[in-house]
Amino acid sequence: MSTVNPHLDAHGEDTRNFHGHDDGHGDGHGEAHGSFKGYLTGFLLSVVLTAIPFWLVMEEVLPSKQLTVVIVLAFALVQVLVHMVYFLHMNTQSEGGWNMLALIFTLILVVITFAGSLWVMYHMNENMMPLSVHEAKNLP
Amino acid sequence: MSTHAMSANAATSGAHADEFIVREDHHPENGTMLGFWLYLMSDCLIFAVLFAIYGVVGSNYAAGPSPADLFDLDIVAVNTAMLLLSSITYGFAMLEMARKRTQMTLIWLAITGVFGLCFIGIELYEFHHLIHIGAGPQRSAFLSAFFTLVGTHGLHVSFGLIWLVTLMTQVRKHGLTTENRRRLSCLSLFWHFLDVIWIGVFTFVYLMGVLR
Repeated sequence: MSTVNPHLDAHGEDTRNFHGHDDGHGDGHGEAHGSFKGYLTGFLLSVVLTAIPFWLVMEEVLPSKQLTVVIVLAFALVQVLVHMVYFLHMNTQSEGGWNMLALIFTLILVVITFAGSLWVMYHMNENMMPLSVHEAKNLP
Repeated sequence: MSTHAMSANAATSGAHADEFIVREDHHPENGTMLGFWLYLMSDCLIFAVLFAIYGVVGSNYAAGPSPADLFDLDIVAVNTAMLLLSSITYGFAMLEMARKRTQMTLIWLAITGVFGLCFIGIELYEFHHLIHIGAGPQRSAFLSAFFTLVGTHGLHVSFGLIWLVTLMTQVRKHGLTTENRRRLSCLSLFWHFLDVIWIGVFTFVYLMGVLR
Protein backbone atom coordinates (compact mmCIF):
# COMPACT_ATOMS: atom_id res chain seq x y z
CA MET A 1 0.00 0.00 0.00
CA SER A 2 2.50 2.55 1.11
CA THR A 3 5.83 3.01 -0.54
CA VAL A 4 7.29 4.79 2.46
CA ASN A 5 9.61 2.71 4.55
CA PRO A 6 8.58 2.77 8.19
CA HIS A 7 12.14 3.26 9.38
CA LEU A 8 12.61 6.25 7.07
CA ASP A 9 9.89 8.50 8.36
CA ALA A 10 9.30 7.36 11.90
CA HIS A 11 11.34 8.14 14.92
CA GLY A 12 12.77 5.47 17.17
CA GLU A 13 9.70 4.40 19.11
CA ASP A 14 7.42 4.12 16.11
CA THR A 15 9.92 2.07 14.17
CA ARG A 16 10.11 -0.49 16.91
CA ASN A 17 6.33 -0.62 17.07
CA PHE A 18 6.05 -1.28 13.36
CA HIS A 19 8.59 -4.06 13.37
CA GLY A 20 6.87 -5.71 16.25
CA HIS A 21 3.73 -5.95 14.15
CA ASP A 22 5.11 -6.87 10.74
CA ASP A 23 7.52 -9.61 11.56
CA GLY A 24 6.32 -11.90 8.78
CA HIS A 25 7.35 -9.78 5.81
CA GLY A 26 9.95 -7.14 6.17
CA ASP A 27 9.75 -5.49 2.76
CA GLY A 28 8.40 -2.24 4.07
CA HIS A 29 4.93 -2.20 2.54
CA GLY A 30 3.14 -1.36 5.74
CA GLU A 31 0.57 -3.60 7.33
CA ALA A 32 -1.95 -3.92 4.49
CA HIS A 33 -0.86 -7.25 3.02
CA GLY A 34 -1.00 -9.63 5.93
CA SER A 35 0.81 -12.94 5.77
CA PHE A 36 0.08 -16.39 4.41
CA LYS A 37 -0.36 -17.70 7.94
CA GLY A 38 -2.78 -14.87 8.74
CA TYR A 39 -4.94 -15.51 5.68
CA LEU A 40 -4.97 -19.25 6.33
CA THR A 41 -5.90 -18.76 10.00
CA GLY A 42 -8.72 -16.42 9.01
CA PHE A 43 -9.95 -18.83 6.36
CA LEU A 44 -9.98 -21.88 8.64
CA LEU A 45 -11.68 -19.94 11.44
CA SER A 46 -14.29 -18.66 8.95
CA VAL A 47 -14.97 -22.19 7.65
CA VAL A 48 -15.58 -23.44 11.20
CA LEU A 49 -17.63 -20.37 12.15
CA THR A 50 -19.79 -20.80 9.02
CA ALA A 51 -20.17 -24.56 9.14
CA ILE A 52 -21.41 -24.73 12.74
CA PRO A 53 -24.40 -22.33 12.31
CA PHE A 54 -25.44 -24.05 9.05
CA TRP A 55 -25.19 -27.42 10.76
CA LEU A 56 -27.21 -26.20 13.76
CA VAL A 57 -30.01 -24.90 11.53
CA MET A 58 -30.08 -27.60 8.86
CA GLU A 59 -29.98 -30.56 11.24
CA GLU A 60 -32.13 -28.86 13.89
CA VAL A 61 -29.68 -29.93 16.55
CA LEU A 62 -31.03 -27.84 19.41
CA PRO A 63 -34.60 -28.23 20.67
CA SER A 64 -35.08 -24.49 21.29
CA LYS A 65 -35.29 -22.13 18.30
CA GLN A 66 -34.58 -19.13 20.53
CA LEU A 67 -31.31 -20.62 21.66
CA THR A 68 -30.33 -21.49 18.08
CA VAL A 69 -30.97 -17.89 16.98
CA VAL A 70 -28.79 -16.53 19.76
CA ILE A 71 -25.95 -18.96 18.99
CA VAL A 72 -26.15 -18.30 15.22
CA LEU A 73 -25.99 -14.53 15.80
CA ALA A 74 -23.05 -14.95 18.16
CA PHE A 75 -21.16 -16.99 15.55
CA ALA A 76 -21.87 -14.31 12.91
CA LEU A 77 -20.52 -11.59 15.20
CA VAL A 78 -17.33 -13.54 15.87
CA GLN A 79 -16.89 -14.26 12.17
CA VAL A 80 -17.24 -10.58 11.30
CA LEU A 81 -14.46 -9.85 13.80
CA VAL A 82 -12.30 -12.62 12.29
CA HIS A 83 -12.76 -11.13 8.81
CA MET A 84 -11.97 -7.64 10.09
CA VAL A 85 -8.72 -8.75 11.69
CA TYR A 86 -7.39 -11.39 9.26
CA PHE A 87 -8.76 -10.23 5.87
CA LEU A 88 -9.30 -6.48 6.22
CA HIS A 89 -6.23 -6.16 8.51
CA MET A 90 -7.97 -3.81 10.90
CA ASN A 91 -6.02 -2.67 13.88
CA THR A 92 -5.83 0.46 15.95
CA GLN A 93 -2.70 1.63 14.09
CA SER A 94 -3.82 1.47 10.45
CA GLU A 95 -3.98 4.91 8.82
CA GLY A 96 -2.98 6.44 12.11
CA GLY A 97 -6.13 5.21 13.86
CA TRP A 98 -8.55 6.95 11.50
CA ASN A 99 -9.75 3.63 10.08
CA MET A 100 -10.77 2.50 13.53
CA LEU A 101 -12.39 5.83 14.34
CA ALA A 102 -14.48 5.72 11.14
CA LEU A 103 -15.42 2.11 11.87
CA ILE A 104 -16.56 2.86 15.41
CA PHE A 105 -18.58 5.84 14.20
CA THR A 106 -20.19 3.71 11.49
CA LEU A 107 -20.98 0.93 13.94
CA ILE A 108 -22.71 3.40 16.25
CA LEU A 109 -24.82 4.66 13.32
CA VAL A 110 -25.59 1.08 12.25
CA VAL A 111 -26.75 0.13 15.73
CA ILE A 112 -28.93 3.25 16.00
CA THR A 113 -30.43 2.71 12.54
CA PHE A 114 -31.01 -0.99 12.93
CA ALA A 115 -32.14 -1.28 16.53
CA GLY A 116 -34.08 1.99 16.28
CA SER A 117 -36.00 0.87 13.18
CA LEU A 118 -36.94 -2.48 14.66
CA TRP A 119 -37.93 -0.94 17.99
CA VAL A 120 -40.01 1.90 16.57
CA MET A 121 -41.71 -0.13 13.86
CA TYR A 122 -42.57 -2.91 16.30
CA HIS A 123 -44.51 -0.41 18.40
CA MET A 124 -46.07 1.15 15.31
CA ASN A 125 -47.73 -2.17 14.58
CA GLU A 126 -49.35 -2.08 18.01
CA ASN A 127 -50.93 1.28 17.24
CA MET A 128 -52.14 0.54 13.71
CA MET A 129 -55.74 1.31 12.75
CA PRO A 130 -58.03 -1.66 13.23
CA LEU A 131 -58.36 -3.70 10.08
CA SER A 132 -61.98 -4.84 10.42
CA VAL A 133 -65.22 -3.96 12.20
CA HIS A 134 -64.77 -6.97 14.41
CA GLU A 135 -61.33 -5.80 15.50
CA ALA A 136 -62.63 -2.26 16.03
CA LYS A 137 -65.32 -3.52 18.38
CA ASN A 138 -62.86 -5.56 20.38
CA LEU A 139 -60.14 -2.99 20.87
CA PRO A 140 -57.98 -3.73 23.91
CA MET B 1 3.00 15.98 2.01
CA SER B 2 4.95 12.85 2.66
CA THR B 3 7.77 13.91 0.36
CA HIS B 4 7.83 17.29 2.01
CA ALA B 5 8.35 15.77 5.42
CA MET B 6 10.93 13.36 4.13
CA SER B 7 12.94 16.13 2.56
CA ALA B 8 12.60 18.14 5.74
CA ASN B 9 13.76 15.10 7.62
CA ALA B 10 16.72 14.64 5.31
CA ALA B 11 17.66 18.33 5.44
CA THR B 12 17.75 18.49 9.19
CA SER B 13 18.51 14.89 9.97
CA GLY B 14 19.71 14.49 13.47
CA ALA B 15 18.14 17.75 14.57
CA HIS B 16 15.65 17.46 17.37
CA ALA B 17 13.42 20.40 16.51
CA ASP B 18 11.45 18.84 13.64
CA GLU B 19 10.53 15.65 15.42
CA PHE B 20 6.91 16.65 15.89
CA ILE B 21 6.52 17.35 12.16
CA VAL B 22 7.64 13.86 11.32
CA ARG B 23 5.38 12.32 13.89
CA GLU B 24 2.37 14.20 12.60
CA ASP B 25 3.07 13.38 8.98
CA HIS B 26 3.23 9.71 9.78
CA HIS B 27 -0.57 9.45 9.73
CA PRO B 28 -1.70 10.10 6.15
CA GLU B 29 0.72 7.75 4.40
CA ASN B 30 -1.58 7.49 1.44
CA GLY B 31 -4.93 9.22 1.49
CA THR B 32 -6.47 6.81 -1.01
CA MET B 33 -6.72 3.90 1.39
CA LEU B 34 -8.35 6.01 4.10
CA GLY B 35 -10.72 7.54 1.55
CA PHE B 36 -11.67 4.15 0.23
CA TRP B 37 -12.24 2.91 3.75
CA LEU B 38 -14.61 5.85 4.31
CA TYR B 39 -16.47 4.87 1.13
CA LEU B 40 -16.80 1.32 2.46
CA MET B 41 -18.19 2.67 5.73
CA SER B 42 -20.84 4.65 3.85
CA ASP B 43 -21.63 1.50 1.87
CA CYS B 44 -21.96 -0.25 5.20
CA LEU B 45 -24.67 2.28 6.13
CA ILE B 46 -26.57 1.48 2.91
CA PHE B 47 -26.57 -2.18 3.86
CA ALA B 48 -27.54 -1.35 7.45
CA VAL B 49 -30.64 0.44 6.18
CA LEU B 50 -31.51 -2.45 3.86
CA PHE B 51 -31.06 -4.90 6.74
CA ALA B 52 -33.30 -2.71 8.89
CA ILE B 53 -36.01 -2.69 6.18
CA TYR B 54 -35.78 -6.46 5.93
CA GLY B 55 -35.99 -6.72 9.72
CA VAL B 56 -39.12 -4.55 9.79
CA VAL B 57 -41.12 -6.05 6.91
CA GLY B 58 -39.41 -9.45 6.74
CA SER B 59 -42.37 -11.23 8.30
CA ASN B 60 -45.10 -9.57 6.18
CA TYR B 61 -45.80 -12.45 3.81
CA ALA B 62 -49.15 -11.13 2.45
CA ALA B 63 -50.45 -14.71 2.70
CA GLY B 64 -47.58 -15.73 0.43
CA PRO B 65 -44.63 -18.06 0.95
CA SER B 66 -42.40 -17.73 4.03
CA PRO B 67 -38.60 -18.05 4.13
CA ALA B 68 -38.88 -21.65 5.33
CA ASP B 69 -40.93 -22.47 2.20
CA LEU B 70 -38.53 -20.80 -0.21
CA PHE B 71 -34.92 -20.99 0.93
CA ASP B 72 -32.74 -23.95 0.08
CA LEU B 73 -29.92 -23.87 2.61
CA ASP B 74 -27.76 -26.28 0.58
CA ILE B 75 -27.50 -23.71 -2.21
CA VAL B 76 -26.81 -20.94 0.30
CA ALA B 77 -24.04 -23.03 1.88
CA VAL B 78 -22.41 -23.57 -1.53
CA ASN B 79 -22.73 -19.86 -2.27
CA THR B 80 -21.12 -18.97 1.06
CA ALA B 81 -18.27 -21.36 0.30
CA MET B 82 -17.73 -19.70 -3.10
CA LEU B 83 -17.46 -16.24 -1.57
CA LEU B 84 -15.20 -17.42 1.24
CA LEU B 85 -12.90 -19.22 -1.21
CA SER B 86 -12.76 -16.13 -3.41
CA SER B 87 -11.77 -14.13 -0.34
CA ILE B 88 -8.77 -16.29 0.46
CA THR B 89 -7.66 -16.53 -3.17
CA TYR B 90 -7.73 -12.74 -3.35
CA GLY B 91 -5.60 -12.77 -0.22
CA PHE B 92 -3.10 -15.03 -2.00
CA ALA B 93 -3.10 -12.62 -4.94
CA MET B 94 -2.20 -9.80 -2.53
CA LEU B 95 0.64 -11.91 -1.08
CA GLU B 96 2.02 -12.55 -4.58
CA MET B 97 1.67 -8.85 -5.31
CA ALA B 98 3.78 -8.10 -2.23
CA ARG B 99 6.41 -10.47 -3.65
CA LYS B 100 6.15 -8.59 -7.00
CA ARG B 101 5.32 -11.72 -8.99
CA THR B 102 3.03 -10.47 -11.75
CA GLN B 103 2.14 -13.83 -13.29
CA MET B 104 1.15 -15.49 -10.02
CA THR B 105 -0.86 -12.41 -9.01
CA LEU B 106 -2.79 -12.63 -12.26
CA ILE B 107 -3.44 -16.35 -11.80
CA TRP B 108 -4.81 -15.88 -8.28
CA LEU B 109 -6.92 -12.93 -9.45
CA ALA B 110 -8.35 -15.11 -12.22
CA ILE B 111 -9.22 -17.85 -9.72
CA THR B 112 -10.88 -15.22 -7.53
CA GLY B 113 -12.89 -14.08 -10.54
CA VAL B 114 -14.04 -17.63 -11.27
CA PHE B 115 -15.27 -18.09 -7.70
CA GLY B 116 -17.01 -14.70 -7.89
CA LEU B 117 -18.69 -15.72 -11.15
CA CYS B 118 -19.86 -18.96 -9.54
CA PHE B 119 -21.36 -16.94 -6.69
CA ILE B 120 -23.21 -14.62 -9.06
CA GLY B 121 -24.32 -17.55 -11.21
CA ILE B 122 -25.77 -19.47 -8.26
CA GLU B 123 -27.48 -16.34 -6.95
CA LEU B 124 -29.02 -15.57 -10.36
CA TYR B 125 -30.21 -19.19 -10.55
CA GLU B 126 -31.84 -18.81 -7.12
CA PHE B 127 -33.51 -15.53 -8.11
CA HIS B 128 -34.71 -17.01 -11.38
CA HIS B 129 -36.13 -20.01 -9.56
CA LEU B 130 -37.97 -17.80 -7.03
CA ILE B 131 -39.47 -15.55 -9.71
CA HIS B 132 -40.38 -18.62 -11.76
CA ILE B 133 -42.45 -20.15 -8.95
CA GLY B 134 -44.26 -16.85 -8.40
CA ALA B 135 -42.20 -15.59 -5.46
CA GLY B 136 -40.87 -12.50 -7.20
CA PRO B 137 -40.22 -9.12 -5.58
CA GLN B 138 -43.82 -7.97 -6.11
CA ARG B 139 -45.33 -10.93 -4.23
CA SER B 140 -45.00 -9.58 -0.67
CA ALA B 141 -43.15 -7.01 1.44
CA PHE B 142 -40.90 -9.79 2.68
CA LEU B 143 -39.86 -10.72 -0.87
CA SER B 144 -39.42 -7.06 -1.91
CA ALA B 145 -37.05 -6.52 1.00
CA PHE B 146 -35.30 -9.83 0.33
CA PHE B 147 -34.66 -9.08 -3.34
CA THR B 148 -33.51 -5.52 -2.55
CA LEU B 149 -31.05 -6.59 0.15
CA VAL B 150 -29.60 -9.69 -1.52
CA GLY B 151 -29.78 -8.07 -4.96
CA THR B 152 -27.80 -5.03 -3.79
CA HIS B 153 -25.13 -7.33 -2.44
CA GLY B 154 -25.09 -9.27 -5.72
CA LEU B 155 -24.80 -6.02 -7.65
CA HIS B 156 -21.79 -5.06 -5.55
CA VAL B 157 -20.14 -8.40 -6.30
CA SER B 158 -20.90 -7.94 -10.02
CA PHE B 159 -19.25 -4.53 -10.05
CA GLY B 160 -16.36 -6.01 -8.09
CA LEU B 161 -15.93 -8.57 -10.88
CA ILE B 162 -15.91 -5.85 -13.55
CA TRP B 163 -13.32 -4.00 -11.47
CA LEU B 164 -11.31 -7.23 -11.12
CA VAL B 165 -11.20 -7.83 -14.87
CA THR B 166 -10.26 -4.18 -15.45
CA LEU B 167 -7.37 -4.42 -13.00
CA MET B 168 -6.19 -7.73 -14.48
CA THR B 169 -5.96 -6.03 -17.86
CA GLN B 170 -4.13 -3.09 -16.28
CA VAL B 171 -1.65 -5.35 -14.49
CA ARG B 172 -1.01 -7.39 -17.64
CA LYS B 173 -0.40 -4.24 -19.65
CA HIS B 174 1.59 -2.13 -17.19
CA GLY B 175 2.78 -4.60 -14.56
CA LEU B 176 2.60 -4.16 -10.80
CA THR B 177 3.21 -0.42 -10.75
CA THR B 178 2.59 1.66 -7.64
CA GLU B 179 -0.77 2.77 -9.02
CA ASN B 180 -1.87 -0.77 -9.82
CA ARG B 181 -0.78 -2.01 -6.42
CA ARG B 182 -2.82 0.74 -4.79
CA ARG B 183 -5.86 -0.16 -6.92
CA LEU B 184 -5.49 -3.84 -6.08
CA SER B 185 -5.34 -2.93 -2.38
CA CYS B 186 -8.60 -0.98 -2.74
CA LEU B 187 -10.31 -3.87 -4.49
CA SER B 188 -8.98 -6.16 -1.76
CA LEU B 189 -10.77 -4.09 0.87
CA PHE B 190 -13.92 -4.01 -1.28
CA TRP B 191 -13.91 -7.76 -1.88
CA HIS B 192 -13.36 -8.74 1.76
CA PHE B 193 -15.92 -6.15 2.83
CA LEU B 194 -18.54 -7.83 0.60
CA ASP B 195 -17.73 -11.13 2.30
CA VAL B 196 -18.38 -9.47 5.68
CA ILE B 197 -21.77 -8.25 4.42
CA TRP B 198 -22.54 -11.76 3.20
CA ILE B 199 -22.03 -13.08 6.74
CA GLY B 200 -24.88 -10.80 7.79
CA VAL B 201 -27.01 -11.90 4.84
CA PHE B 202 -26.72 -15.63 5.33
CA THR B 203 -27.16 -15.32 9.08
CA PHE B 204 -29.95 -12.77 9.27
CA VAL B 205 -31.86 -13.58 6.08
CA TYR B 206 -31.34 -17.26 5.34
CA LEU B 207 -30.55 -19.04 8.61
CA MET B 208 -32.85 -16.96 10.82
CA GLY B 209 -35.50 -16.98 8.08
CA VAL B 210 -35.59 -20.74 8.04
CA LEU B 211 -35.64 -20.81 11.85
CA ARG B 212 -38.64 -18.47 12.04
